[in-house]
Amino acid sequence: MRAMLGGVTATATLPRDAPAASPEAPLLSVRGLTLHIPVPPHTLRAVDGISFDLRRGETLGLVGESGSGKTLTAMAVMRLLEPPLSDLPRGKVLLEGRDLMRLSETEMSTLRGRALSMIFQEPMTSLNPVMTVGRQIAEPVVRHLGLSARQAAARAEEMLRLVGIPDPPRVARAYPHLLSGGMRQRAMIAIALACRPSLLIADEPTTALDVTVQAQILDLLAGLQREMGSAVLLITHDLAVIAETAHRVAVMYAGRIVEEAPVGSLFAAPRHPYTRGLLASIPLIARERPETLPEIPGMVPGPGDRPAGCAFAPRCGRALPRCAQDVPPFAPLAPGHHAACWNPCDG
Amino acid sequence: MAEPLLQVRGLEVHFPIRSAMLRRRIGTVRAVDGVDLEVARGETLALVGESGCGKTTTGKSILRLIEPTGGSIRFAGEEIARHPPARLAPFRRRMQIVFQDPYASLNPRMTVGGILAAPFEIHRIGDAKDRAERVAALLRTVGLPPEAARRYPHEFSGGQRQRIGIARALALEPELVIGDEPVSALDVSIQAQIINLMKRLQAELGLAYIMISHNLAVVSHVADRVAVMYLGRVVETAPREALFFDARHPYTQALLSAVPEPVPGRRRARQVPQGDVPSPANPPPGCHFHPRCPLAIARCAQEAPAPRIVAPGHAVACHLVSP
Repeated sequence: MRAMLGGVTATATLPRDAPAASPEAPLLSVRGLTLHIPVPPHTLRAVDGISFDLRRGETLGLVGESGSGKTLTAMAVMRLLEPPLSDLPRGKVLLEGRDLMRLSETEMSTLRGRALSMIFQEPMTSLNPVMTVGRQIAEPVVRHLGLSARQAAARAEEMLRLVGIPDPPRVARAYPHLLSGGMRQRAMIAIALACRPSLLIADEPTTALDVTVQAQILDLLAGLQREMGSAVLLITHDLAVIAETAHRVAVMYAGRIVEEAPVGSLFAAPRHPYTRGLLASIPLIARERPETLPEIPGMVPGPGDRPAGCAFAPRCGRALPRCAQDVPPFAPLAPGHHAACWNPCDG
Repeated sequence: MAEPLLQVRGLEVHFPIRSAMLRRRIGTVRAVDGVDLEVARGETLALVGESGCGKTTTGKSILRLIEPTGGSIRFAGEEIARHPPARLAPFRRRMQIVFQDPYASLNPRMTVGGILAAPFEIHRIGDAKDRAERVAALLRTVGLPPEAARRYPHEFSGGQRQRIGIARALALEPELVIGDEPVSALDVSIQAQIINLMKRLQAELGLAYIMISHNLAVVSHVADRVAVMYLGRVVETAPREALFFDARHPYTQALLSAVPEPVPGRRRARQVPQGDVPSPANPPPGCHFHPRCPLAIARCAQEAPAPRIVAPGHAVACHLVSP
């Protein structure tokens, strides 16, 4: 029976050649992004000086546990933080060379949905409950691309077909609450991609979905990305999702990127003890299983009580005396492989 | 084989759907629709499936936290499905539950000591001094310091709160603990700590677990046997290794192929069923999975398949599987 099922299999291997390292400038370049939130008498260092690049056609996985600052990073890039947080980010967010941090809200709103879009974990909270799905897709198309209402409605149906929604004309007239969780997430992807943005930020896009629906959505995102050549910043806590979809991975811990590498080397030879501990602690589906799972002792420090040096030092089995005092620099250890660690693991 | 600790036969939980105006019954949600399960002493049975499959309702109805509308629940040889509350009380001590969200299940106005002493007060066990000692011992068992007793739930992290939830479940020395997604809300690095704790406690205390989870990797690490549910029914039951490496039901195979693996470039061939799980208020006739099944034949739409034994301890409810 397995062989019979094998016959209907859609994709056997993952076509995931990383885009060739091109001399062209990255699409997105984030430099020294910080979000320090004053909560007297403390300062919460929610995002603490992070830098990364993202090229066209590439997926960068931003992985981290709760409180690591990954979602706030995305919200800062999108300029979607609300007051009083909206004035706090520092650093540069260069999209095709333009610093988004210096744009006015009016200028930014002409880019959002057109040059860059975002999809969220829970589609129901970001879809408009009193507007039909079709209008929600058509609206940015009219606004950004200047299409007529009729053309935009046609584009909406085309997008719904593209994201694999059956009977697009009917769904275009439906309100979001009538759709299942998976269909809502597809609708949100259709909205986000309707203007063919060059950058898509996906924040835990499949975390709220069942595993069979998750697989459909991840395949869909990968296919659309290949077709449109968009860059994707994929934010998730799920290392398995990262392994299957990202070209490169940046691991966040306590507001900083502690390691960044191509997906293959990150999983094969993690250099930062936190990354190594995280990978070791995931249970695997295998015939043999260990009696106990390797644990990372302790817990993530809160944003108000981070140690002076490396934030991971109190939980780290490889910590040296200096780790408690000095923040380790984000240093290259191999081509394309960086880690912020005074005593990195062997490659 | 000795008598199982828990034997569930034909368990049903049907909820009425009532009209908004007249409260007339206009339909039925068959959340649990004829489930058979067995759990031996000291073993872990995992109950897996996607949202709406009825795994949590099954767990809660075994504890009678949700009343079953049909079927039999035998615990240690005694039929408890229709016991009135007074006769159920001694069994409630012997079966406990750990919830997914440890924050929502701990009273925020009570100290941890008060939360852990409550089971002793309800069951009138010991005096104040004796209870304080028992609380301290429970905290030690789950790896928390004795001072934790004086603090409130909000002062703890998610992982520590789940330790408190486990300590509360263990207070009355149960024989069976149902874990309802006990590690799903936890961060990856904390998840391993709680899984290890639960496995250690099982070995030390001889506990039987029913582990309800959608996370198949976690299940493969903790389970001895696995039951896969789809729309209120068990479609396949098997020992752990057979389930993960010799799954026979097309739904189980699809579910397993959809699980992402934390190994780049090693994605399995996917046989992901198209579309979403239908509503349990209006399940398809015959085999509930047939509209999404790549192998369905005409019979699947008409007749619900009965479980067939394909190997010792391995039962599959599918017309296309031959024993």
